[in-house]
This record gives sequence, structure tokens and C-alpha cells, in this order.
Amino acid sequence: MHDFTTAFLEALRLIAVADASLMEIVWLSLKVSISATLLAAIVGLPIGALVAMGSFRGRSVVVLLINSLMGLPPVVVGLIVYLMLSNSGPMGGFGLLYSPAAMIVAQTVLVAPIIAALGRQTIEDLKNEYDEQLRALGVGPVRAIPTLLWDGRFSLMTACLAGFGRATAEVGAVIVVGGNIDHVTRVMTTAIALETSKGDLALALGLGFILLTMAIVVNALVMGLRATATRAAYA
Amino acid sequence: MQRALVDGSRAHRTPILPVIGKDLTVERGGRHILKAIDIEVGGTGTLVLIGPNGAGKSLLVRVLAGLVRPSRGEVTWAGRPPDRQRAPKVGFVFQRPVLLRRSALANVEYALAVAGFARSERADRASAALTRARLSHLAQTPARVLSGGEQQLLSIVRALATEPEILILDEPTSNLDPAATAAIEHLVNAVRAEGTRVVLITHDLGQARRLGDEVAFLHRGRLMELSPRDAFLAQPASAEARAFLRGEIVL
Repeated sequence: MHDFTTAFLEALRLIAVADASLMEIVWLSLKVSISATLLAAIVGLPIGALVAMGSFRGRSVVVLLINSLMGLPPVVVGLIVYLMLSNSGPMGGFGLLYSPAAMIVAQTVLVAPIIAALGRQTIEDLKNEYDEQLRALGVGPVRAIPTLLWDGRFSLMTACLAGFGRATAEVGAVIVVGGNIDHVTRVMTTAIALETSKGDLALALGLGFILLTMAIVVNALVMGLRATATRAAYA
Repeated sequence: MQRALVDGSRAHRTPILPVIGKDLTVERGGRHILKAIDIEVGGTGTLVLIGPNGAGKSLLVRVLAGLVRPSRGEVTWAGRPPDRQRAPKVGFVFQRPVLLRRSALANVEYALAVAGFARSERADRASAALTRARLSHLAQTPARVLSGGEQQLLSIVRALATEPEILILDEPTSNLDPAATAAIEHLVNAVRAEGTRVVLITHDLGQARRLGDEVAFLHRGRLMELSPRDAFLAQPASAEARAFLRGEIVL
């Protein structure tokens, strides 16, 4: 109990003085997860829009697959990306393994299905509501897509925030492809795992606080977006 | 500016009227919802479509507007099948307004953009259209927080902004209070007076009397008659229409 109290106070001190090693880890985490979320949005939103707008054979299978991929186990993603990026893998030539770029790739794979699936649902619901009216105005399918993306912007941003939340919280994928190398690929979740097993509870707890705070901030943003959307009757 | 002229006038040069439906038949799940309807909507004035629920009124106007493809028969706008480029010249107002998640003004501007009006023209045209329906004070309000009557007025304004040759309204006042209904009837009559062809579905015989120049009566997917308003109201040709006017349930 005494150890725990000491660790707790030390954790608060590390945060209060913005300890350099702590901040380095936080900063890298943010860089990796924000980059991955942006990339996942660039990949996921068009896929979601295409599936939402399209009518093709096997569409329901594609929807089922995308929805299922939302629950991809991070370690499995890590393993697959590891195999792709390892020296003997098809993309081994890039030498990305154990770099932040590898972690971004892994988190992008993890998050893109979330954004694609939630985005697909949003766009499809809007499309069902707007379809006849847009056709009556003379809007074709190509022009309908940016209209639906814009009118669904609040829900789509929420989807991206959900993806970001998933990226910052996961540990399995980044530890497999990043390797948790100090000053290079150490992010909050991998650092917590390592420091806890080493017995350095202070740093682990400090990072844990920050991670929790980020989760709360992300969810507050989601709630704020919803409230704004509802107030403006955009939801 | 050059482009604006070209775009705007191109739409003017491609006429819509007469809208003609020949042998229009729609079949769904083995049921014939429209049965071999022949109809021609040209000229001027307001054509009121009446008939009991399920008669096929909403479906008929959707087919005429090119929104639903008939199982048999064909629709032509000025001799050619409906196409997307001329759609802005066919104003369509749904029973329940579908407004974009934007301001009232932006909803009208959107329709103008789709119709090919130049960016520089859109704001002025949209403002003028809103002013006409006395909605200008709500221009910046999100469309979906407007009252039901304001939303329906806005959807009519949006349909009119692109200067359609024909305005089709599917029971536009069925959910509205008398004041909102009066505002919409006023606008529809003004549009008619300017020479726009109007097709209006209603359940309200009073509205048919107030707005209609002609009345078409639909029953079970068939067009039973299409006559001048006074002739229809005084002496409908079919037994079904007589029963309908007497307020009897016709099935």
C-alpha cells in the first residue's frame, strides 16, 4: 500500500513537471494514432461511401465483412503487418519494421474498418432519406456522394473519433510491429505494459492517467458533437 | 458569367411540357398499382388529382416526374424520355419535406447549383425566392428546426428557385394547420398565375375547389376521368367519383 501511494504521488509529479521521458512517449503516441486515424479516414470513408451507394452482388457479404473487421484483434493485425513488413515479407524492402511508420500502418489497418463500417451506416441511412429528393432535384450518384458526406459530417467525425479512441488504447498491434524500443517506438500502452512488469509503477500510472484523460476528452468531444448536431437539427 | 448564361439558358431551351404518360402500368408483387393510364399534362393552370387512399395518385406523379420507372408504358417530357439534366425544370414537392442539413438559404442554393446556375447568381436568386415566400428572416436558420409549415414552404421555394415549367405537389398541406395551408395555397396560386403548370394531389375537396382548374379522379390505379373542375364537381361521370364526392367509402 505504501508503494502504491508513493507511485501514485510520483506519477502526479511526473505529469505536473511534464517529465521529459513521459512527454516523449505521449507525443509519439499522439503522432502515431492521429496519423493512423487520418490515413484510416482517407481509406475508410470512401470505402464506406462506395458500399453505401452501391448495389452489387454480394453487397451484404461485404457489409458483414466490414462490420466484422471492426472487432479485429490487435495482436492479429500486428502479426499480419509484421509478416508483411519483415525482411522476408512482400514489403520487407522498405525496412519499416520496428519504426513508428510500421505502427502507423498497423493502427491504420485496425481503425480503417471502424471508420468504414460506421461511415457506411451513416451514409446509407442518409441516402435512404434523401434519395428521392435528390433525384427530383436532378442530382446524380456522383454528386450525391459529397452531399451525403457533408450532411453526415457530425456522425462521420464521431466515427473518426471512435477510431482514434481504439488506436490510442490498443497495445497488441504496436508492440508486435514497433517492439517498444525506448526513444523510438515506445508509446503509452506499450510503456505501461513494460514499466508495470518492471515494477516501475510511477511512470506506468502517470501514463495511465493521461490515457484515461484522453479517453474522457475524446468521449467529451463525441458528446459535444452530438449536442451541437442535435441543437442545430443536423443529426 | 458567360458560362452562367449558357447554363441557365440551356435549361430554358429544353422544354418539359407537355408531360405525357402512355399506357402507364406499375406492377409490384403481382399487384397492378397503376393500370394503363394515359394522361397528358400541357398548357397552363392547375390540375388537381383526387381519389381515395391507395388509388395510385402519389405513384402516378412520381412516374410522371421520372422518379419511378413504370413496368409498362412510357413517359415523355416534350417528346423525349425524362432525363437528369431537365429534372430541375420539373419541381417536385413531397408530402413530407426532405430538407438538407443546412440553412434554409443553403437548401435553395444547393438546388440552384445542381441546376447549373453560376455561383455568383445563386445567393441573389435564393434570397429572392425566400423573400417571395416571406421566409427571408429565416434564411440562416437550419432548415430542420423550422416549423412544419415553414419547412413545406421552403421545399416549395426550393423547387421553384430553378424556374420549373411544371410544379408537382404531393399532398403538400396534409399535415399543416390552416394558416400554413393558406400560405402554401397563396404561393401555388401565384405560381400558376405566372404560367407554371401545376399538378397537385389533395384529399381536401375544398382545396380542389379553390386551386383546381381541372380535376383528375383516380380509383384503384385507374384514371377514371379528367374534367374541368366545375363540371367534375357538379356532375362527375363515374359512379366511383360520385360516391367519393358524397364522402362514401370507395374501395
